[in-house]
Amino acid sequence: MILLDRVTKIYNRTNTALDRVTLHVEPKEFVIIIGISGAGKSTLLKLLTKEEKPTSGKIIIGGLDYDKLKDSDIPMIRRKIGVVFQDFKLLPNKNVFENVALALEIAGYGGKEIRHTVPKVLDIVGLKGKEKSKPSELSGGERQRVAIARAVVRQPKILIADEPTGNLDPKHAWEIIKILEKINRYGTTVLLTTHNQNIVNKLRRRVITIDDGRVVSDRANADYSVHEKPAESKVKK
Amino acid sequence: MSAKRIGNHRFITLWRIIKSGMQNLVRNARLSVAAISVMIITLGIVLFSFLANATFKNTLTKLTDKIDVSVYIKDSVDEKKRDSLIAEIKNISNVKSVDYVSKEQALDEYKKANENNIELLLAISQTDNPLPASLRIKPVDINKIDEIKAFVERPEIKALQSDETSYSGDRREAIDKIAGATRFFQKAGLVAAVVFASISMLIIFNTIQMAIFNRRDELQIMRLLGASTWYIRGPFIVESVFYGIISAVIAVSIGYSLMAVATSAFDTSSVGILDIKFANEYFLNHYWLILTSLLGAGIIIGAVSSFIATRRYLKFKTSK
Repeated sequence: MILLDRVTKIYNRTNTALDRVTLHVEPKEFVIIIGISGAGKSTLLKLLTKEEKPTSGKIIIGGLDYDKLKDSDIPMIRRKIGVVFQDFKLLPNKNVFENVALALEIAGYGGKEIRHTVPKVLDIVGLKGKEKSKPSELSGGERQRVAIARAVVRQPKILIADEPTGNLDPKHAWEIIKILEKINRYGTTVLLTTHNQNIVNKLRRRVITIDDGRVVSDRANADYSVHEKPAESKVKK
Repeated sequence: MSAKRIGNHRFITLWRIIKSGMQNLVRNARLSVAAISVMIITLGIVLFSFLANATFKNTLTKLTDKIDVSVYIKDSVDEKKRDSLIAEIKNISNVKSVDYVSKEQALDEYKKANENNIELLLAISQTDNPLPASLRIKPVDINKIDEIKAFVERPEIKALQSDETSYSGDRREAIDKIAGATRFFQKAGLVAAVVFASISMLIIFNTIQMAIFNRRDELQIMRLLGASTWYIRGPFIVESVFYGIISAVIAVSIGYSLMAVATSAFDTSSVGILDIKFANEYFLNHYWLILTSLLGAGIIIGAVSSFIATRRYLKFKTSK
């Protein structure tokens, strides 16, 4: 499903974000990526959504070789990959229904399909009855559920969740994680980045640790063990 | 996905782009009003230049038609001599036509022109016809009358004439004035239209730049959700094209009202050298041509400026 082969991303001479990262994710896997801020997690995800281009190395997702894609293919890629952000990225002047519907409108779905699909997805994330609410009237956890609904409404093969629990208290954070697991059970490959030790330990999934732009460990059914090394070595420059 | 469904999707997407463009226009009401106002002035100037140009040209043609050179012939000149004189004049390159006006015709015309002056008519009827026969020469180009002048002033031709040749001198002055005004309005109209079209474009440019800035978060989110370039760009272009359409309709309506008011206000049908009556008729006769031309101009101004603005301010490339 996702294949990275010696992918390097250099922003400038003093800043190498990713250094020959190689990893392989199977379809329907649930993978957690951990690492301190600045380790390269966000860069890795941005490469997958083609917000950034790698300096060198190969990226193949769902059989598509990223080298061979043109800029005009980017919208097509982004419609196949759902993304959830730490800061939700909801449109404040649109209500819950409209925020989720936007993803379908962009992909050219008809009004009938939209009216049929959106309530179903809102039901999955537990937001039934909140269709008319504006994001400002929702709690952080609810907002993130809207964002998840929007990310999965087009039934993507891959869901990328970039620190989705970063702004949430433990109770709401865990609810979000349970929704991600549910989506994973439906057959979507989930890539989750997090700082939350409890979540990682509770989930017992494959954990990839990135440090200073390199994959330093890749373990199945793992716990959170990023603190093996002394903290000083991880602080950049 | 079947072909039918793809076609359907395209239609839905196009409709959404148009709808979204119209919503933006309403949402950015204040900026829209500014852009539309300047566009109305631009199109109004284009409309005025267009009408003024047509009107002056018409007045010019009418006056040019009236200009002639009258050669008055002595009663003693016989038919044969007269015919050879006509033939000679016709040979001059700048002569469009030569009409012979007999003594009787001249008298009839004179009587008609003075039909209210009974004393004068009575006086004329009691004498022999005092008016000479004449040749009315119409020039092709009123500005090159010298050749005709040189011919009629040759001594042997002069000998046949009863009176001094008349050149409609007063009319010529008027014609020069109007020709000058026409040239001036053509140039001034063109310059003003270009200047205001540029100002319109700059204002639309700024309007879109501000709209993009105000909505940068929304546009970024749409891009992350996989919106295509045209899905993001389209509404801005639609919005500007609507500026053009609205402005053209308003400019034509204002023109229409002004014309109606001016026509009823000025009984004389002409103010100075501007023939309002003709301008109004021309406007009404070419109503659809004028409306479509202004619509076209408005749409082009809107589309071009928004195309450039979105190209400049919406970044679509992936950073390397």
